[in-house]
Amino acid sequence: MKYSIFSLARAALSGHKTWQRTWRDATPKDRYDVVIVGGGGHGLATAWFLASEYGIRNVAVLEKGWIGSGNAGRNTTIIRSNYGLPGNTGFYELSMKLWERMEQDLNYNSMVSQRGVINLYHSDAQRDAYARRGNTMRINGIDAELLDLAAVKKMMPFLNFDNARFPVQGGLLQRRGGTARHDAVVWGYAHAASGLGVDIIQNCEVTGFVRDANGKVTGVETSRGRIGAGRVGMAVAGSSSRVADMAGLRLPIESHVLQAFVSEAIKPLIPNVMTFGAGHFYVSQSDKGGLVFGGDIDGYNSYAQRGNLPVMEDVCEGGMALMPMIGRVRLLRQWGGIMDMSMDGSPIIDKTPVDGLYLNAGWCYGGFKATPGSGFVFAHLLARDTPHEEAARFRLDRFRTGAMIDEKGQGAQPNLH
Amino acid sequence: MRIVCPFCGERELGEFTYLGDAKPVRPATGAAEDEVYDYVYLRDNIAGVMSENWYHGGGCRAWLKVTRNTLTHEISAVEPALGAGAAKVDA
Ligand SMILES: Cc1cc2nc3c(=O)[nH]c(=O)nc-3n(C[C@H](O)[C@H](O)[C@H](O)COP(=O)(O)OP(=O)(O)OC[C@H]3O[C@@H](n4cnc5c(N)ncnc54)[C@H](O)[C@@H]3O)c2cc1C
Ligand SMILES: [Zn+2]
Repeated sequence: MKYSIFSLARAALSGHKTWQRTWRDATPKDRYDVVIVGGGGHGLATAWFLASEYGIRNVAVLEKGWIGSGNAGRNTTIIRSNYGLPGNTGFYELSMKLWERMEQDLNYNSMVSQRGVINLYHSDAQRDAYARRGNTMRINGIDAELLDLAAVKKMMPFLNFDNARFPVQGGLLQRRGGTARHDAVVWGYAHAASGLGVDIIQNCEVTGFVRDANGKVTGVETSRGRIGAGRVGMAVAGSSSRVADMAGLRLPIESHVLQAFVSEAIKPLIPNVMTFGAGHFYVSQSDKGGLVFGGDIDGYNSYAQRGNLPVMEDVCEGGMALMPMIGRVRLLRQWGGIMDMSMDGSPIIDKTPVDGLYLNAGWCYGGFKATPGSGFVFAHLLARDTPHEEAARFRLDRFRTGAMIDEKGQGAQPNLH
Repeated sequence: MRIVCPFCGERELGEFTYLGDAKPVRPATGAAEDEVYDYVYLRDNIAGVMSENWYHGGGCRAWLKVTRNTLTHEISAVEPALGAGAAKVDA
């Protein structure tokens, strides 16, 4: 079905009781040209671009739960392309450009909101680092503005500017950054991919790989039977090590929990996405009015999809340091998601040493903004068998060769990235 | 999650710092590149019971070996981790 002003008017006249399902819940066929493991944003975007951009439509997305039940539905919805290292800069900007045309491409309202992302700085060193990052972005044709204290005060007069320990000095602003409605992103890709013939199969857990005599992957074992595949692409976020293990692969990845928080709804307060660079706290306001915020990962290996109190305390302290008046706002909900923390904090999009098996992993806690870009370049890799030029540095062997992309400079300490 | 330190008793998580999987052993000087790569970058990333190194910085400052289930956060054993801190200092 196609959404338009007319379909909206028609449905309105019948009291919004005639809306159709937006995508087919398919049953598995015997074989597909490409099988994607993982029905998060990345897996579904990959399927959509395989069909729409690369003409491969005999595709299945296998999801062990329901689509979007992983990190796609658990993140704090921030999108931006303010990265400074070669490899990241171009890739995230490709993704940003795809966000900007997503709703037209998918015929679905994913509520992309370019309300701006500002990273506050609190010291001269931090200002210099942001100035440099902003310059790198501008050299690459990406928007960036370094704001001084007066400009920040004008934009966000409610911040605590008299904080003696970490006074705000200014910020790096990317106006094109912002948020998107994360569930709608999943549903939009499912809607559009399904419309082009992609099978989206829920409650279908991949439990093993089918290999031929040469070791090549020729299909997957699932909780709904064996499914043959020309190629298999993994996009399982925090479960990458577990799924790769079924193919005998060890990865440069640890799984860690990241928590997110939402307050009760209040009147419009925060005009953009804001990060407190002195601690680790970031916040935006949802369209319903809740403050959506988060901070650091809990910092130890976890598959438990729930966090612990010390980080909650730390995050709330960060929020209070920046905006003491939110101390009277009640916390409504909190949850955790399990992410792949890669050893340099950057993603891996590559063929694996196992023939027929392709890997999309290691997004740490920044992979939502990557959703369209990741789908685009992973579809390219699966269709053409060579990396897309904007993802050519996201190699699996970069830790061995030393060509790491260490945006935070934290080395091989995934719990610090 | 609370950790029962063998020296200090039951303490809240915020007093401790995590170092990671206790299993990998630092290769000897002059070890083959593969061995070093494996030690520094590759992880079992266990879903289940794992033994790991924690530092009790907010208490006795001892290194501890904690046996914990990564699926449930349940801790089944805590003991002093002889040598865990030393490996870090040598580096
Ligand atoms: C609390 C939190 C806040 C975040 N905030 C942001 C943010 O503001 N901005 C940003 O850019 N990023 C953010 N992220 C990161 C981002 O959400 C992830 O990097 C991104 O969603 C990962 O890609 P995905 O959507 O495909 O993963 P997922 O949605 O996790 O998809 C993977 C899917 O694979 C499925 N799966 C796993 N194993 C199997 C199997 N064996 N068989 C079949 N299916 C399987 C899972 O059920 C899951 O649905 C945040 C993450 C968290 C947890
Ligand atoms: Zn102690």
